Order: sequence, then structure tokens, then C-alpha cells
Amino acid sequence: MSCCVPPPAFADVAAGGPNRGPSDNEVRLASRALGEGLRQSDFSVPAVHCGACIRTIETALDAVPGIVSSRVNLSSKRVTVRWRDAGALPPMVRRLVELGYEPVLFSLESAARDTGLAALIRALAVAAFCSMNIMMFSGSVWAGADGPTRDVLHWICAGLTLPALLYSGRVFYASAWAALKARRTNMDVPITVGILLAFALSFYDTVFSGERVYYDAVASLIFFLLIGRTLDHAMRERVRTAVTGLARLAPAGALVLDREAGPAFLPLDEIAPGATIAVPAGERVPLDGDVLEGRSALDKSLLTGESLAEPVGPGQSVPAGALNTTAPLTLRTTADARNSTLSRLVQLLDDAEASRNRYRRIADRAAAWYSPVVHLAALAAFAGWMVVNGNLHDAVTVAIAVLIITCPCALGLAVPMVQVMAARRLFEAGILVKDGSALERLAEVDTVVFDKTGTLTTGLATPIALSGTPETLALAAGLAARSRHPYSLAIAQAFRQDGAEDWQAVADHPGLGVEARLDGHVYRLGRVGWSGPENTGEARSVLSRDGVPLAAFTFEDHLRPNAVQSANALLTNGYRLELLSGDRPALVEKLAARLDMAGSGGLMPQDKLERIVALEAEGRRVLMVGDGLNDTPAMARAHVSMAPATAADIGRNAADYVFLRNDLGAVPQALSIAREAQRLVGQNLLLALLYNAIALPIAVAGLVNPFLAAVAMSASSVVVVLNALRLGWHPLRRRPRPRQAEATA
Amino acid sequence: MNDFFYLIPISIVLGLAGLIVFLWTLRNGQYDDLDGASERILYDEDRPRRDAALDPGRDDPKS
Repeated sequence: MSCCVPPPAFADVAAGGPNRGPSDNEVRLASRALGEGLRQSDFSVPAVHCGACIRTIETALDAVPGIVSSRVNLSSKRVTVRWRDAGALPPMVRRLVELGYEPVLFSLESAARDTGLAALIRALAVAAFCSMNIMMFSGSVWAGADGPTRDVLHWICAGLTLPALLYSGRVFYASAWAALKARRTNMDVPITVGILLAFALSFYDTVFSGERVYYDAVASLIFFLLIGRTLDHAMRERVRTAVTGLARLAPAGALVLDREAGPAFLPLDEIAPGATIAVPAGERVPLDGDVLEGRSALDKSLLTGESLAEPVGPGQSVPAGALNTTAPLTLRTTADARNSTLSRLVQLLDDAEASRNRYRRIADRAAAWYSPVVHLAALAAFAGWMVVNGNLHDAVTVAIAVLIITCPCALGLAVPMVQVMAARRLFEAGILVKDGSALERLAEVDTVVFDKTGTLTTGLATPIALSGTPETLALAAGLAARSRHPYSLAIAQAFRQDGAEDWQAVADHPGLGVEARLDGHVYRLGRVGWSGPENTGEARSVLSRDGVPLAAFTFEDHLRPNAVQSANALLTNGYRLELLSGDRPALVEKLAARLDMAGSGGLMPQDKLERIVALEAEGRRVLMVGDGLNDTPAMARAHVSMAPATAADIGRNAADYVFLRNDLGAVPQALSIAREAQRLVGQNLLLALLYNAIALPIAVAGLVNPFLAAVAMSASSVVVVLNALRLGWHPLRRRPRPRQAEATA
Repeated sequence: MNDFFYLIPISIVLGLAGLIVFLWTLRNGQYDDLDGASERILYDEDRPRRDAALDPGRDDPKS
């Protein structure tokens, strides 16, 4: 069977029409310039999963005019497209959607390539080469080489340690130096002291033909510590750009019409309330204002989360940040740039991000008490041996042995290894996690708060015919196909027939509906009161012929796949669920009752934020799942947050997790993976501690020889790594669901 | 025993060669898409695709 018939994706495409995926503007904003008129865009394409997918996508994209080259990365499920920036954007998103691979404008790797990781891997490779070769020669020494042979081998080992010491170890020296300069201490201080002292002492013993050298310990210490550091780098905290992203959405200026010197484009800061400005179709409203002239439809999804455009006309007030969709408007501004809706939202988000309790990662908390303990232990061992034995060389050897044996190899691996495994499991399930601390925070969650539109529901509407014959419904679908309104698209798709009516004089009236002529009659499909009489019960949209209603429709929110099952799964696992929405309270309560959760509607961004603050004040740890800009302050304030990949750019940036698939099952899945990861982290820390508890007395007693040190260090690290690999491996538990999800994706 | 000392430089040189090859493959971007590389071999075309410029490491004026 070909794996490249992605049925769920196709079903989605059929349901959502060809306008899915990021808009051209978003793609352009997210792309980066390569110079010479070339731009590069990176998409996440979660549906890619085999060689045939690579071929399909690359062949199709290469054929699109304007695209210079394309390349699919199967491991990270991404597509890189390079295109020539000449006028219109090449229709790459549309082409991908047509093929059944819906692209998402989100990836963890930011525009610049991660050079830090590559440098760490290079250092790791050098350390691996050194430590392995040293081990080989150390083996001969342990096997009983003595006399001049042993000296030669020691000299070779000394030479081989140098690259690891000088090149690979720099990471630790730099970090230790930075800590000491700030008069603090961190894990890298004992590491650095241990490494340098061990090398110095070994070198001294090499020169004077001593018996014991610790070159192998030095090199393998650097090697194991670097593994932990490299994994940790992959899970490091990333800079959040939600606020700047939001600010970027605001237009830089506006065309002011009522100036004495004639119309001019002025920066927003210079426009006072009361000015008359023009807002072209397709641009965002720059400042709050009242409409003077023009009729258009406003897309306020940025502010309210509702995807349907609202009609506006003269006299109505419009908020800054709303997108003017169909026709130009003339506004009289009512607020300046600082007091407009959009900048108040920026302010709210800024405050929410600042007021979140700073979370300290487990590894950092462990390091805080770890390094003083190690320093004191080494110092005590040194002092003790000086008092008892009086031999400086012996005392220094023991102190170094203590530093080496307690070096946090296992501790350094304990947390990042599990988190990298967890991130991989999440990636396989179509969930991207931003950093390691998000995994730790998610495991602490006990309350899940959902947004409605775009999160629990897909934002698409399912039309339900209240009245009408099959013929009139088909007629409605035919007419609806002439309009771009989401409701029309839904009707067109739900009742599609092959009939090709010859519509004449089709006119799309923003916010009202579509009008056309057929066989001498005027047909209208649109809002109640415009296309027919006012009192048509609960109908939201009516088809009429010359004012006489023929068919009536209402719309129901389309739940995300697995929404009900996920809510049930969360409830049975003891989470408290809540629904916060900006939509009409009646609708919200109906949906909340269906999903067995508490729900409140009609909320502004500020109200959502306050609800989260109230929950946290009760001592609850909240996971906020939301998508719109109106959710971002709440998401930034919540303990941890999650957004679908279809969310607004800012929502995705504010969220700790982004789930790429359409399926809401991602929420319980992420929670269970995070909890399991947390359990393994706990076990690993215990293992590392246990190892230190056993090894420390032996080292203090002066019984550690180089062989024992090497074995103990490697063994503890390997045990911790093996334990981390258990994540998601449940030989005794049957879990058919996630596997199945993999197979159909 | 002394007769076998010539093996030591040989082993080190071999190890060094391995290290250099690894660093080269790393710089060459050969670990960027491990899953994709194993699939691509099945679809190799006679003509090289235009994506040669996409090879990371060699390009990217921005990074």
C-alpha cells in the first residue's frame, strides 16, 4: 500500500477549502532574505513521512514559477523553499495544500542556523577521539606495563589529553570564569578545578615517573560532561518574541487626509486623536476610530479570536489591529498610538510575561547546592589527609580524586537526556516543545484552560439546513460558491451539486451576503434581514428569491478531532478543565456542558488573564491552550501554554508547546509524556546521587585508583542514559492508540 | 615489546583520520536529514536537481 495517500489531510483539505495554511503576508514576513533578490521560507510539514512524499513535494514545488529550489528534510519534517522576490509570492502554500501536505509556518530553529550546537558537537568529537585513544593506552598500563614502557605510554596519553583539555574543555572554563567573575559558583567551577588539577598532577607524575596518572579520567570526564552539555543545549530556553511580533503587526503609519498641507503619510506617534485617516482594503486599522465613509468588513480575529468578518459602516467605531478586508475606509481617530486597542494589548502581554513566576529548572536547583558540597568535600579530604599523613602529594591526589569522582557526569546527563527523549516522543506525536523547562512545568499542571474558537473548535462552521428542498439547497450552494465568506464556503461544500447555473451580475456585499441574478429573478444569500424577512427563527443565513425565503441555514461549530475524547481523558486523569472564550456566553456554555467543563463566554483578553491569575492564586498550576491574540496575555501568564500550529504568529510565539496536527489529542498526550519524563528525571537524579553517595567515601578514603575512577564514571553515566531511554517504552502496558495515530498520519 | 611500538603512531593516525572524516561530514551537512538520505537514494534521477545550492554549511550568507 502506498503510504502517501494521507486520508486525514485530504479530508481536512476538503473541509477547509484551498485557503488553508499561512497567508501570503505571513509567509513573506516569516521568510528571510538571502541576497540577490532571493528569499527563503521554512515550513513545518507534519504530513511528510516517506521518500515518495519528498519526491512529490519537491517535484511539484520546483515546477511552480518563481521558486528557485526546494528541499524536504524528512527528519525534521520541514520544507525549505527558495524563491525569487519579484512581485507576487509564488503560490507555494496553495500547492502544498493541494497535494495534501498542509504547511505550517513554525519551526523551532529560528532563521539563523544554530552555530552553538555544531561547535559543541565538534568539541564532543575531539573529546571522544582523545578519550578513546587514551583508554587504549591506559588499558596497557593497567595490564601491567612498567618501567620505561609505562613512562612512554604516559607521555603519549599526556599528548592526547591536550586537544580535549584545550579545545573541548573551553565550554566549562568559560562558564566557570563567568560565574566566578560574578562572584557566584556553578557546577562548572568544581569541574574546571578538577580537570585542571588532575591534569597538572598527572603531568607532574609523568615527568617524575609516577605510578598513577589520571589522563583517562580527564578526557572521559570532558567527554561525558560534553554529552550532557550538548543535549542540554538542545533543550535550552529560547528567547520569546511574542511582544515584538505583536508590535510588528501594527502599521508603521497612516495616511492623514485632513492636513493643511495636503494628505501625507505620517508615523502613528504624530497622529493626534480627531485626525482623519484612510485605511485601504487589506491593511490593518492603525488607530482606534469611528468610520466616516465607506462600508467594509473587518476581520477582528486578532482581537477577539472570532474568524468571521464583521460588517462596518459610517458611524461605527473600529479598533486598531482589525484587518480591513474588502473596501477602503475613512476614519476619524479617537485615540493616539499609545492608547489604541493594539498597543494596550501589547502592554497587557508585556505585563503578563513579566509577572509570571520565574521558574528555576531542576538542574539549576540541583547545581545550587551541589558545587558547595563538592568543594567542601574535596577541601575536607585534603585537610584530613594533611593532618593524618602529612604528605602533600597524597593529600592533593585524594582531593583530586574526590573532585573527579563527584564530577556531575551522571547529574549533567540526568535531566537533559530525558528531556531530549521526551522532545523526540512529542515530535513523533506532532508536538513541538520550546525548551526543557516547559517539560518540567507541564508535569506540574493540574488545571487545563481551553479557548473555544480555533482551539476546541476548528474555526470552520458546519452548516445545517433548517428549511429548503434539495433543489433550493443546490441553488444556495451554487450561489455560495461565488462568495469568499467562510459561511458561504461551508454551504458551497456541504450541499455541492454539479449543476452549473448561469449566475449573472454577482455582487458580494461585505458583511451582508452575495446577490446575483438568474432567469430574471434576484437571488440573495446572506444574513437574516438582508436577504429575507427578519423573523426566521434561529436561522443565521437565508437564501431568497426576490425577497421570498427559499432555504435557511444555521451553523454549528466544528469541533476539533478528538476534542470530546481528550476532554474525557483529561477529566478521568483528575485535571480540572475550564473553557474561556470571547464568543457569546450561550454558545460557550452549550459547548462547555457538552464537554463536561466549566465555561464562561464574552470574555475580553483582560478577563481571561484575570481568570488565570485567580486560578494561580488558588495554588493551581494552569495549562492554557489557546490560539488567538486575545489568548496570548493569558498564555504568557499561565504556568505553561500550548497552541495549535494554525494559531496566530504571536500565539505560537507565546506558547511553550505547538501541536502541528489538527488533533486535540495532543493535549493529553503531551501531559502524559511530560509526567513520565518527570518521573524518569526524578529516578535519574536519585541514581546519580546514589552513585555519589557510594563513590565519595571511597574517594575520601584514598582508595580510588585511575581504573576505578574511569569505570565508575562511565558506568554511572551509562546507567542514567539507559534509564532515560526507557521513556515511552512500556513492555508491560498495552497502548494501541498512539501507534495507530502514527499509522494513519 | 619494543618491536611493536610502531603500531602506536599508526593507531593514532587512523583515529585522527576518522575524526577528520567525521568533522568533514558534519560540516558538509550530512547529518541534517538522516531519514531523508536513506529514502532519496531510491529516487535518484539522472539529472541533478537544482537544490545543490541548498546544501547547508556551504552557503547561507546570512548565518
